[in-house]
Amino acid sequence: MNKQRSPRATPGLPKSPTGITGLDEITGGGLPAGRPTLVCGSAGCGKTMMAMEFLVRGAVEFGEPGVFMMFEENAAELTANVRSLGFDLDQLVQQKKIAVHHVQIERSEIEETGEYDLEGLFIRLGHAIDSIGAKRVVLDTVEALFAGLPNHAILRAELRRLFRWLKDRGMTAIITGEKGEGNAITRYGLEEYVADCVITLDHRVKEQISTRRLRVLKYRGSAHGTNEYPFLIGERGFSVLPITSLRLDHAAPAERLSTGIARLDQMLGGQGVFRGSSVLVSGAPGTGKSSIGANFADAACRHGERALLFAYEESSAQILRNMRSIGMDLAPWVKKGRLQIYASRPALSGLEQHLVEMHDMVKAFRPAVVVVDPISNLTLERSETEVMPTLMRLIDFLKQEQITSLFTSLTTGGSGTSAPEDSQVGVSSLMDTWLLLRNVEFNGERNRLIYVLKSRGMAHSNQVREFVLSDAGIDLVDVYLGADRVLTGTARVAQAAHERSAAELRREDHERKLRQLAAKRKAIEAQIAALHAEGEAEAAEVKFAIAQESLQETTTQQNSAAMAQLRGGATTANNATKGKR
Amino acid sequence: MSTMTKTETETYELRLYVAGQTAKSLAALANLQRICETHLAGQYRIEVIDLLKTPQLAAGDQIFALPTLVRRLPEPIKKIIGDLSNEERVLVGLDLQPLNG
Repeated sequence: MNKQRSPRATPGLPKSPTGITGLDEITGGGLPAGRPTLVCGSAGCGKTMMAMEFLVRGAVEFGEPGVFMMFEENAAELTANVRSLGFDLDQLVQQKKIAVHHVQIERSEIEETGEYDLEGLFIRLGHAIDSIGAKRVVLDTVEALFAGLPNHAILRAELRRLFRWLKDRGMTAIITGEKGEGNAITRYGLEEYVADCVITLDHRVKEQISTRRLRVLKYRGSAHGTNEYPFLIGERGFSVLPITSLRLDHAAPAERLSTGIARLDQMLGGQGVFRGSSVLVSGAPGTGKSSIGANFADAACRHGERALLFAYEESSAQILRNMRSIGMDLAPWVKKGRLQIYASRPALSGLEQHLVEMHDMVKAFRPAVVVVDPISNLTLERSETEVMPTLMRLIDFLKQEQITSLFTSLTTGGSGTSAPEDSQVGVSSLMDTWLLLRNVEFNGERNRLIYVLKSRGMAHSNQVREFVLSDAGIDLVDVYLGADRVLTGTARVAQAAHERSAAELRREDHERKLRQLAAKRKAIEAQIAALHAEGEAEAAEVKFAIAQESLQETTTQQNSAAMAQLRGGATTANNATKGKR
Repeated sequence: MSTMTKTETETYELRLYVAGQTAKSLAALANLQRICETHLAGQYRIEVIDLLKTPQLAAGDQIFALPTLVRRLPEPIKKIIGDLSNEERVLVGLDLQPLNG
């Protein structure tokens, strides 16, 4: 069988937007305009929903009326589905925006004899198209014909003709098909006829949690995302999560946002985190992650901004009560409508479902700050390869919206054997700021430590701080950094006291030394004075002696002179006198 | 090969859907008339509907293949698709049992 080759497969191929969240992003603008697209998957995977949404959105949002031709009875379901999108099918039909045709094939009623073709189908379709001026067509599920008509050779030839006919009429069409056995894309090989664009839908259940996935298998003449993308059928219809947005182009404001903890802001370059950035707070159980998260939300409310708190561990009443115990009253913010707490069980639905809920709530509430406490619960039982792209999508979304996000994450492995930073490597690369909380057990008590593991684009402290939770709130305290260890808690307080007394002692010692010195100086001075006095006394003595001697001499001379006179001798007798003595 | 229908009084209301004067359409009509004359003489009414002229009628009888012969009466509704070239199949489809002598 030769495949239909479209001569119009040009690079700048015209596209028909589906209006389905995410799908247009993946396909770079929508489905190939004027050509059929095959959407296939197993039963209940959402083919009909997708096709229907394509049609309704086309009719309502893009002014392209559409024909829905169904081969299986599900008119009620169809109406319900359309209503879930917020549209009334009957009204759309009345407005000639949509035509619904049911092609009923009752095998038991049908006898086959001789040559025939499916011209009747063409005529009906053509009539329906003409009656509303349709631009879009859905055939759901054309494979029902295979069950109704035994002669598959005719059927195949006619289907080929049908798809070509749709193309010739310039219809943007979705043809749905059941997934085949094994690796077959469709049970009856429809992909052979619809060669332009093939989208597969898949519905898997893993660890009791179901995930739907979409993949653009083929898109002739156009670039497209080739990954499997999770999608959801939610209250507002079909939405695809293009996990990795194709571009990384969100703005990066320089504005800073306080974390609500002054000392923490100081550690983060003095001003807190950047607006629109993502913060990861990871730590072992009981390290105060939730408190930091709540504090962050509280700070935003305090600045008059709105915060959205997703709690996956505690109910909102419990959060309010628990935060009150550390002196933080969140209730007024809730009342004022600044804070919204959304608490749910993570196991309630799959990760993607949660993300879409978050998406919706963020869109509706438009907060400045989003806190997710904790993400680790969402990622439970999921491999990192699955979780990471999905989280990436959420973070990207928040960044695009300029929302500052804080995620707490429970680290496994604990503080002892494996480094806690290892357990979060995957997620952390998505984060701009990473705060790590650690428990330190020492001296019979457990204390919390906080440090900034990374913080993109700002000078941040490399210091460990002790993280203290008290009824006055959260505070960060400098730890005592000793020669060989870090002291926290009472040990830190004891050490501080010890240091204080040591300083006191030192001071006293100094004073004593000074006093001693003064006394010594005084003693020396006294000594000097004494020596002076001694010197003077000696000098006086010498002088006295000299004076005495000279006096003696004079006296002696006078005496001898007198003697000589008396004896009548000469004065020279002085020597003799001396000699005699 | 002699033929006879089961009930004498029943009237067969037959509708043949075709799209224009194609070879298949013409063959189907010719085959139908021959079979009816043979097996239902005086007991049938044939209405030919050309969907090219009245496409809106296709939905009513749930027509998708052409030509299609619809036995509207007697109930239940029966449909035979194709150019009716195989007489035996047509008779089975119309619930007409050929009486084999």
